Amino acid sequence: MIAPGIPRAAPGPPGPAAMAFTFAAFCYMLALLLTAALIFFAIWHIIAFDELKTDYKNPIDQCNTLNPLVLPEYLIHAFFCVMFLCAAEWLTLGLNMPLLAYHIWRYMSRPVMSGPGLYDPTTIMNADILAYCQKEGWCKLAFYLLSFFYYLYG
Amino acid sequence: TNHTIVRCRSCRTYINPFVSFIDQRRWKCNLCYRVNDVPEEFMYNPLTRSYGEPHKRPEVQNSTVEFIASSDYMLRPPQPAVYLFVLDVSHNAVEAGYLTIVCQSLLENLDKLPGDSRTRIGFITFDSTVQFYNLQEGLSQPQMLIVSDIDDIFLPTPDSLLVNLHESKELIKDLLNALPNMFTNTRETHSALGPALQAAFKLMSPTGGRISVFQTQLPSLGAGLLHSREDPNQRSSTKVVQHLGPATDFYKKLALDCSGQQTAVDLFLLSSQYSDLASLACMSKYSAGCIYYYPSFHRSHNPAQAEKLQKDLKRYLTRKIGFEAVMRIRCTKGLSIHTFHGNFFVRSTDLLSLANVNPDAGFAVQMSIEESLTDTSLVCFQTALLYTSSKGERRIRVHTLCLPVVSSLADVYAGADVQAVVCLLANMAVDRSVSSSLSDARDALVNAVVDSLAAYMSTASNLQQSMLIAPNSLKLFPLYILALLKQKAFRTGTSTRLDDRVYAMCQMKSQPLVHLMKMIHPNLYRIDKLIDESTIHVNDRVVPQPPLQKLSAEKLTREGAFLMDCGSIFYIWIGKNCSNNFIKDVLGYPNYASVPQKMTQLPEVDALSSERTRSFISWLRDSRPLSPVLQVIKDENPAKTDFFQHLIEDRTEAAFSYYEFLLNIQQQICK
Repeated sequence: MIAPGIPRAAPGPPGPAAMAFTFAAFCYMLALLLTAALIFFAIWHIIAFDELKTDYKNPIDQCNTLNPLVLPEYLIHAFFCVMFLCAAEWLTLGLNMPLLAYHIWRYMSRPVMSGPGLYDPTTIMNADILAYCQKEGWCKLAFYLLSFFYYLYG
Repeated sequence: TNHTIVRCRSCRTYINPFVSFIDQRRWKCNLCYRVNDVPEEFMYNPLTRSYGEPHKRPEVQNSTVEFIASSDYMLRPPQPAVYLFVLDVSHNAVEAGYLTIVCQSLLENLDKLPGDSRTRIGFITFDSTVQFYNLQEGLSQPQMLIVSDIDDIFLPTPDSLLVNLHESKELIKDLLNALPNMFTNTRETHSALGPALQAAFKLMSPTGGRISVFQTQLPSLGAGLLHSREDPNQRSSTKVVQHLGPATDFYKKLALDCSGQQTAVDLFLLSSQYSDLASLACMSKYSAGCIYYYPSFHRSHNPAQAEKLQKDLKRYLTRKIGFEAVMRIRCTKGLSIHTFHGNFFVRSTDLLSLANVNPDAGFAVQMSIEESLTDTSLVCFQTALLYTSSKGERRIRVHTLCLPVVSSLADVYAGADVQAVVCLLANMAVDRSVSSSLSDARDALVNAVVDSLAAYMSTASNLQQSMLIAPNSLKLFPLYILALLKQKAFRTGTSTRLDDRVYAMCQMKSQPLVHLMKMIHPNLYRIDKLIDESTIHVNDRVVPQPPLQKLSAEKLTREGAFLMDCGSIFYIWIGKNCSNNFIKDVLGYPNYASVPQKMTQLPEVDALSSERTRSFISWLRDSRPLSPVLQVIKDENPAKTDFFQHLIEDRTEAAFSYYEFLLNIQQQICK
């Protein structure tokens, strides 16, 4: 389910017009779509941690749903960093670099597990870790929303 | 009799002695402050047969109560006691010889296993294949079924692998008598522990119960196989200690699956070499099992460990047990529970899932203050354990604790329980060592002392900065923290095997407080002059009460003999010039030179000093559930390092003496 309300008209000039449809504009359009997906992931995370906190769901089930979503989110974000690199959009790339570095650090320091993911059901109910994950979810949501509007009007 | 269990309507707290009755018909919950109605049946007190005095009922008079739970508290009919034994029968295991001890112990205690007429039992053995035993009633002898496809393990027969204990008792006894001899000529060196556990899980899933795993080496075949990660040259490293966490999450996942099916896995590790206890321990930690470790186990070469296994098994097989349990800890509004320490699975923010409950487990809880408590004068904590007893009865055991809220820091210090503080810090340090590093944990322990004493000194009236002041309640705090820093779990600079270290850490997380304090700070007594000591009378026995000595070699003397009580092991150290009378009367040997290196029992000699010594030792033994082993050490015995490492007040090449430690703390406070 993709979030509704994605503007159909590109911010750049329409297709068969005098000005060329630049690669950078194309990058921004794609980034816009993908950021919508990332916002969706961030909202899913927030809801999932809230469900854990209010004892609505079992940590094992919840971690099994959350863990497969982690790598796709990171890969999508890495993908548009690469795209901006190719399009030589240095400012946008610079804004996204810290998040990329954070993702890499987070994934490197994850608990020992055989499948992909960051969340371990035995430690996730620890109040410290739960609070950290919730804060992380809110911060990421704020960042993705800001970048969404930046791509929209940039 | 009625069966209503009175609970608060909003927070579901059980009624307890610390609630307030507003009038005869309403009570105010002490955890959420909601006013509830008293049910009609509660007004009648069955004990005194009087009406109208709800505050005299036993639930409101006692802070520890046990209720019988109605069917609302059951997700399924109460399960029977189901015991499964998973035994390693590789060549290594047969060499070590543990199988004879286990089978003998089981034969002796088969009738004393807790349970009722529905009790079931089963056996699985494994080396590079997994062997099951068909014990169906009616067979003339037990039938072994071998499954060699360990990559996709399956159960060879649908039932009769877990059989009713009473119906198949003869077959079980035959199997136990035959097992030690069945594998004597085995050449199998591999150990397929992972597949055996998967099979055990499949077998136990329908009912739940207890799995007891006996392992003697690193699992080398199939799922969950482990590699040797320890570097023997790093044992005395003062820098980073690695590999304190698990290498694979196979055992953790297995433990979570088992926990979901109400099965606990207990581990007995009887190995002589590195077996990656850090990974194997996960199978017990998250399924509410317990871990027993016997380093360098060998039936004939190491009789002390063999005796320990025998005694531990006796306690393990016959102690009370609860099944399919959950525990919830509630606290007054304004506080919240933060972290739990112990062997269980945390299912939600205050609910612990315990597949088995046993009386030898301890739990620690960290709480934090969320809101201001200035209006309240009391806070309460309530623990409720819902479990199925071994006889199939569903019960709820409720403990309620009430503590005052004070407003001055000096009062907080006056009420500090130093043993609880030290044990909680030990638990936190274990978590920190695994998640961050051992040196971080050590620094944090020292900082705990520095910060608490610095805060106390800033509130104390006389501001003599050059002295170290501690409140009366915390005067032993630096000593206990020093003892903790010299424990196997946290020490650096002294050669410590990785498995020993990990086991010490597991003990810290799962032992009850009394036992843990003895482990951290053993008791030292002088026993060669017991006749002169004051005595008490206990059950027609005269028990001498020698005074406690400080844990320092300064207190030892060549002319004496000393007993050190470390909780699970007693050391008797004999000085070189110990009087021959003592050696003759108490040890039963004519002189010092003839005392053997490996003595584990005191003979019954008809002399007053022997009688007094033995009665003192058995009085110490009776005060705890786990029977400790005794070891007599002469001064030139190489095993004397075990004894001397506990003398924590002394300086070693890697650690401070007590006095130096105090100076260090004082410097840090006055910086």
